Amino acid sequence: MASSANVIQVDTERIDLKNRSLAAFLAWLVPGAGHFYQGRHTKGSLYLVCILTTWMLGFALGGGHVVYASWQPGDRRWHYILQAGVGAAALPALIQGNRMRKMTDKGVTSRSYEPLWGGFMAPPHRPVIEDRTDEVSAWYATYGAGYEMGTWYTMIAGLLNILVIYDAYAGPLAVPISGRKKKDDEDGDCERQPDSEQPDAGGSASVIPQESSAPTTEAKA
Amino acid sequence: MISISPTYLMYYVPLIISISLVFGATRHEDTQTILKHAFYTARWITGFMAIIFVILLLINWMV
Repeated sequence: MASSANVIQVDTERIDLKNRSLAAFLAWLVPGAGHFYQGRHTKGSLYLVCILTTWMLGFALGGGHVVYASWQPGDRRWHYILQAGVGAAALPALIQGNRMRKMTDKGVTSRSYEPLWGGFMAPPHRPVIEDRTDEVSAWYATYGAGYEMGTWYTMIAGLLNILVIYDAYAGPLAVPISGRKKKDDEDGDCERQPDSEQPDAGGSASVIPQESSAPTTEAKA
Repeated sequence: MISISPTYLMYYVPLIISISLVFGATRHEDTQTILKHAFYTARWITGFMAIIFVILLLINWMV
């Protein structure tokens, strides 16, 4: 039986969030997987298609070199922190990054270094120096704006998945307070009403008491 | 007038679709409401970017 704390009501629909932590982890691992686990198949499919398409499109635009893990002087790839938001899809970069780290001595990659999987998500050979010709500058020269856009696409996909993780953990986010206020003013009533009475202002979740499904009590502001 | 090819603007299309739909879906559960919210988000972002675009064009024209 579902725990009452995990059953919420949004847009007049009852949602059992099940094990929230597991759902959040699955949502990080594969965008939409947490929602499939919760039985929210439509949203799960939407997230899977939107986020992975954005991510793969960005990956392709950058010639497959925009996602890599590196924290070396001259090549601190902070973008990867955001790109890793999509979970499993970005994890090969960690393996490649660790392999490169082991094969780098005093900032120079060993000659015997061979990346795995044909260089898929592998960091550039070191040293990487901003104003000199190196592998990163070659990627920029080859893919032009595609390299920049690919980096942005993959970062945005990772950031969007953070919203999805929250949605899997706690249900839909609340709509902005300004939106509620405007609607309340139109109704001639500045005092906020429970969401169950305002389906159009939806988005904020209400917890369903275990004994009875009505009335609902506010769980989030 | 624009220093880049207008085709670069096409990069915007998949992003706006993806961002709008995910934003809408993280605020609602009903599919129709999600699509409605996504449409408003896309319209708002497009309008905002269009205004910035025009302002930058004007600055470019004046300088």
